[in-house]
Amino acid sequence: MTTVTAGNSPGPVSKLTWAAVAVVGAICLGVVALRRGEPVNAIWLLAAALSVFAIGYRFYSKLIADKVLMLDATRATPAVLRNDGLDYVPTEKWIVYGHHFAAIAGAGPLVGPVLAAQMGYLPGTLWILFGVVFAGAVQDFMILGLSLRRDGRSLGHMLRAELGPAAGVVCMIGVLVLMMIVLAVLALVVVKALAISPWGTFTVAATIPIAIFMGLYLRFLRPGRVLEVSIIGLVLLLFSIWFGGKVAADPTWGPMFTFNAAQLAWLVIGYGFFASVLPVWLLLAPRDYLSTFLKIGTIALLAIAIVFTMPQLQMPAVTKFIDGTGPVFAGNLFPFLFITIACGAVSGWHSIIASGTTPKLLANEREARMVGYGGMLTEAFVAIMALIAACALHPGVYFAMNSPGAIIGTDVQAAATAISQWGFVVTPDQLTQVAKDIGESTILSRAGGAPTLAVGMAQLLHQILPGEGMLAFWYHYAILFEALFILTTVDAGTRVGRFMIQELVGLAVPSLQKTESWAANIIGSAICVAIWGYFLYSGAVDPLGGINTLWPLFGIANQMLAAIALILCAVVVVKLKREKYFWVPAVPACWLVICTLAAGWQKLFDAKIGFPAAASKYANGIAQGKLIAPAKTMDEMQRIVTNNNVDAALTGLFMLLVVAAVAFGVAAMMKARRKPAPSANEEPYVALASVATS
Amino acid sequence: MKPAPALPDAAPPERDLRALWRRAVSVGRRIFFSIPDYDAYVAHLRAHHPERAVPSYEQFFSERQAARYKGGGGRCC
Repeated sequence: MTTVTAGNSPGPVSKLTWAAVAVVGAICLGVVALRRGEPVNAIWLLAAALSVFAIGYRFYSKLIADKVLMLDATRATPAVLRNDGLDYVPTEKWIVYGHHFAAIAGAGPLVGPVLAAQMGYLPGTLWILFGVVFAGAVQDFMILGLSLRRDGRSLGHMLRAELGPAAGVVCMIGVLVLMMIVLAVLALVVVKALAISPWGTFTVAATIPIAIFMGLYLRFLRPGRVLEVSIIGLVLLLFSIWFGGKVAADPTWGPMFTFNAAQLAWLVIGYGFFASVLPVWLLLAPRDYLSTFLKIGTIALLAIAIVFTMPQLQMPAVTKFIDGTGPVFAGNLFPFLFITIACGAVSGWHSIIASGTTPKLLANEREARMVGYGGMLTEAFVAIMALIAACALHPGVYFAMNSPGAIIGTDVQAAATAISQWGFVVTPDQLTQVAKDIGESTILSRAGGAPTLAVGMAQLLHQILPGEGMLAFWYHYAILFEALFILTTVDAGTRVGRFMIQELVGLAVPSLQKTESWAANIIGSAICVAIWGYFLYSGAVDPLGGINTLWPLFGIANQMLAAIALILCAVVVVKLKREKYFWVPAVPACWLVICTLAAGWQKLFDAKIGFPAAASKYANGIAQGKLIAPAKTMDEMQRIVTNNNVDAALTGLFMLLVVAAVAFGVAAMMKARRKPAPSANEEPYVALASVATS
Repeated sequence: MKPAPALPDAAPPERDLRALWRRAVSVGRRIFFSIPDYDAYVAHLRAHHPERAVPSYEQFFSERQAARYKGGGGRCC
């Protein structure tokens, strides 16, 4: 879809082709949206997605490139102007595209759509398709475009320059808090996937010695041979998946790798701390290399599996859970669907990537369209595939895996009864059989997306490559991918968080600011790990399963950052006197502000799903000396009260940040409107021809 | 990997293959590992900073790897 070339005056053939694409897209979308009662084939969904993306790319991104950003092929980019062969390097556009996609694609687009599948495939599909075209890709593309005109500066820099220093501080706090929530929620995904799973735990643990071996190899044995060592590491990793099955089945070794959620949370917290104080070449870099390969491999396998098996979607188009009573996450379709699927439709994180390395590599401004807009469309395509994999599962299996034990019980009989009552008829034997097929003792209450996606993928791949035990192999491959990727994020995020904390605390205690000092690093890391570790642990022991609570917080925070980024874009459009196209960034910005504020409001004031409401319910219980399920002890009751109060405070903070960003944005726009001439802080025009030839 | 010697005008086919492979490796490094193109860096140094010493590929690699993860490394969720 991204190979479409932009012609200035489309000929009749081009017009006909695009009309045909539009018709095909409309038909596919119609089938996906309107067919009821009989299962829809995933191919309709894929075709609808491709048509919408192609049309969005061809027409909407062209409008943004020509009219809103006014990208100029004759203007020198930062890579050309400041070419140093290291950070600023003019690079072929396909390489920049690959690099950018590898940086934005992560676990997010795979998890959100799986959680959202509880409302059926249709709401998630529509939000991904239209969210990405009008919000997500617009954000990535426009931020990249702005950064290109500002020497490749970061989001924080641009906010300070265009909206003032206070807006920069708002962004910095927002990013730090978002980072802590991201780390906690992603680590929780790992914990949920590995709990009582010796096979999974062994393979994930095996990545530590494998990565350290790679690090030493790369440092001392054959320095710089990074492709070679990655292939060796990959082979070792695949071997460890196979060997994990043997370990799990072993009567002595199996139990040694069997942990419950609380124990795993402590292990991940300890791992996060030690990994983040080790030198990067020893563990972080090699594990990142492995996870990049697994990530590309997983996305490719998922695509192959869907195209070759053409599965029927077993999940209904819309389930009754759009009324907010769903077991996976609480809350109505509006606003919670738009919070749950963040990455894949629109993700604030991307604004950090799009103003990081990518703008320093583009050799020509016009290429930002394919890299920024096209890169995000590709990510949305990954999200659609994840949604398909989840919806191709038996809905009974899906709900068994994603509902907390407090709702469906902790054994297959109770779970099958509860889920069948919702209208998704499933037998205890079916649930036991799935667990047996994938080499696990249970599939119940494995919320967090990764295990569901893994089962969905494993079942699809198994149809292409059948074989004894292959289902279990594919399942553990997919789990390993998610876990490895997430552990890299935990490690890297702890380092970023540490720098931010050192910077903030260093204002009071200057000696802590020395990032090369061991003591300062250890203190900084400990503070950082303690913050996300608190949320992780409280999620892991939360009787409601944790994901239930943390994922909405993550979604609100991520969409908040996206709203801030789009407000920046809107301000710059006004400053450049291009008010005619103000709506391009302003409409998605408004939508995200509405969604985050509405979700925050409900989480604060709703009697059913609000954090304070839950806190006071359990506090009353404690006062009356009465246990309220799912809590089993008074300690658990107290924990629920504390967690809900902390979550409420965080939600309030996010809402304040959003409101502050809107206020700064409106103030900057009013000021710019009063000025007679364009007032954005762009770097001056330098002709590409004058630089390239020198 | 040492700095590339200047290729003779009429390169034998195996040289072509080797250049192709070298390019493929460089593309892979740039996409998957964010390691910039070494040959381009050497060319840049020679053209613009002839007074500076040219680092070996190994030095270049470890400096770039450290720089990439300096702030923890840019990664999305």
